[in-house]
Amino acid sequence: MTPFYKFQFYLFALMAIGAALLFVTRKSPVSAALWLVNVMFALSGLYVMLDAPFVAAVQVLVYAGAIMVVFVFVVMLLNLGRPDQLPDLREVGARIGAGLVGIALFANLLAVRREVLPVVELAPPSDNVVLPVAESLFTDYLLAFELTSVLLLVAIVGAVLLARKKAVT
Amino acid sequence: MTDFALPGELIHALMPEITLVVGTLILLLVSAWGGEHSSPTRLTTRFALGIVAVTAGAVILAWLRGDGGTSDGRLAGDGFRYAVDLVLLLGTAGTLALLDTEQARTRAYQAEVPVLMLLALCGMMLLTAARDLMFLFIGFELMSIAVYVLAGSNRSSARSAEASLKYFLLGAFSSGFMLYGIALLYGAAGDTRLASIGATAVGPLYLVGVALLLTGLAFKVAAVPFHLWTPDVYDGAPAPVTAFMAACVKTAAFALLLRIMTEALGPAIDTWHPVLWWLAAATMVVGNIVALAQSNLKRMLAYSSIAHAGYLMVAVLAYSADAAAAMVFYLLVYTLATLGTFAVLGIVSEGRESATTIGDLAGLWHVRPGLAVVLAVCLLAFLGFPIAGGAGFFAKWYVLQAALSSSTPLNVLVVVLVLASVVSAGYYLTAIASMFNQPRSSNAMMPVPTPIFSGVVMVVSVVALLVLGVYPTPASRLAAAGALGASPLRTVAAPQPAATAASRSQSTLPEQ
Repeated sequence: MTPFYKFQFYLFALMAIGAALLFVTRKSPVSAALWLVNVMFALSGLYVMLDAPFVAAVQVLVYAGAIMVVFVFVVMLLNLGRPDQLPDLREVGARIGAGLVGIALFANLLAVRREVLPVVELAPPSDNVVLPVAESLFTDYLLAFELTSVLLLVAIVGAVLLARKKAVT
Repeated sequence: MTDFALPGELIHALMPEITLVVGTLILLLVSAWGGEHSSPTRLTTRFALGIVAVTAGAVILAWLRGDGGTSDGRLAGDGFRYAVDLVLLLGTAGTLALLDTEQARTRAYQAEVPVLMLLALCGMMLLTAARDLMFLFIGFELMSIAVYVLAGSNRSSARSAEASLKYFLLGAFSSGFMLYGIALLYGAAGDTRLASIGATAVGPLYLVGVALLLTGLAFKVAAVPFHLWTPDVYDGAPAPVTAFMAACVKTAAFALLLRIMTEALGPAIDTWHPVLWWLAAATMVVGNIVALAQSNLKRMLAYSSIAHAGYLMVAVLAYSADAAAAMVFYLLVYTLATLGTFAVLGIVSEGRESATTIGDLAGLWHVRPGLAVVLAVCLLAFLGFPIAGGAGFFAKWYVLQAALSSSTPLNVLVVVLVLASVVSAGYYLTAIASMFNQPRSSNAMMPVPTPIFSGVVMVVSVVALLVLGVYPTPASRLAAAGALGASPLRTVAAPQPAATAASRSQSTLPEQ
């Protein structure tokens, strides 16, 4: 492992952890959401280092792109007001609970070692990382792929139905 | 033999679904015709009825052809699929007819409502066909998302919006559980096909997956203690949508439950059987006892539908081909009785602001004997009363028979079922007695004349119930023919040649 690689790893890892801490401690929902975007970017950097550029790209597109936009839209639609006027939703009980879950997850992380994980047969490394995804998408999961378009259609028709002005009488 | 299905094979296997989707897309264009100021809802409703009829034809053709599955084992082509599809199509046709009546009166529904019903139906038909958790989940979501919107489709009612939001939030939560379960099962088996999961050794990952999957399914079939959304949603949603949820969503969810339990979760039967046993017992007892306390008719029917979920779970627990046949027959009868009940309810609650109560039925016999008789027959069918309740009696009888002749007889559960049915007489008979014995109060509203579509629904369901009540053989034989193909229990008894094994279930079942 070259020192440069190590440096990169610590850079992205510390970025992810720092941004995650800022994400849970911010009071304003919008700045919390933006710190979450930062976490996603740092994670996708780590994926690139793990030789998984496709996952990294999807991570940015789906999480930093689509899901965050939905978060910000919801925050915007709720129209909560200025951050300093907001009551803090994070009560003592919730903080303790979150802390306990965090400790449990951390303990879990320490307990996980290569020996206890199931052995997974890795696909041989390939330069074309999109090919295997495309292959299974258009063979094994062709029908699932096509059906997702019907699912999206339902969502669109449903949104039109609910968002349109009151029915014509 | 390829490991995946070729497009041609998929088209062959999904002919009924493709017919339905193509029809629905055309319908979507039709619904956009009207423009701002006219609402072509009744046109689209009738068009949708036509599509349902054509799809039913495609299902029957596929059943007669009898080679519907795909070679990779991801889609079933068995009788169970087609038999349940026909029940679903019947339920949807009835719902569309009720919607037409409702629209003529209230003009509250937009032209896309029938489109969403057909798309939900497409999801349901996928649920009956899929043998792969991936397809199952997409079908499940297709059905669920469409029904969330349908529950809120009466835009002029705040209660309808509330029902929709409640259903959506809790439904999304339960879908999350189910998806987690699917992910863990995939992790345990390394494949999403039901047959592969059914051939996997049971480990902790597998069991947690089963528990999460079962939670998601129990929510959708409204089993106690996952039933709390049901009364509010059934009460708030427009009457035709409530009928759709009670009849079709329940039918599809049970078809899914049965298929997953028999084809994928056979190895873990010792674990889930006791859990499902207690769920079934609690569902029957709680559903019926709480229904006794309801005066609002729609809430009473919601609790009654919870109780029926309990009876149907007994059929799943019996875990045999006979039980699967009993379940299909029960679902047919339940669909017919639900449609008849909601057809009457739609007319009785005409123009009423508040919810219709049992008191509003008082003396219905004296003003509209026809409606009173239809409602009485349907409620007696729910109760399982012989002769007068038509096929309701046989529906319960077949379930009981299957439960008693199962490899591990469910004697205690059968006693619970019978006692719960006796309790249910408390509310069904109260409603009937109030229609026939009490005088009509002087300020009670006169029900409107029966519109033609509602009338057809009533006549069809009552005649079908009564005829099947005297002569259930054809339907039960058809249901049995359907179940035989579905059940891997028979394939285990008579091993299939290796060539067709891939298209059949390969699940290994525990010693019976």
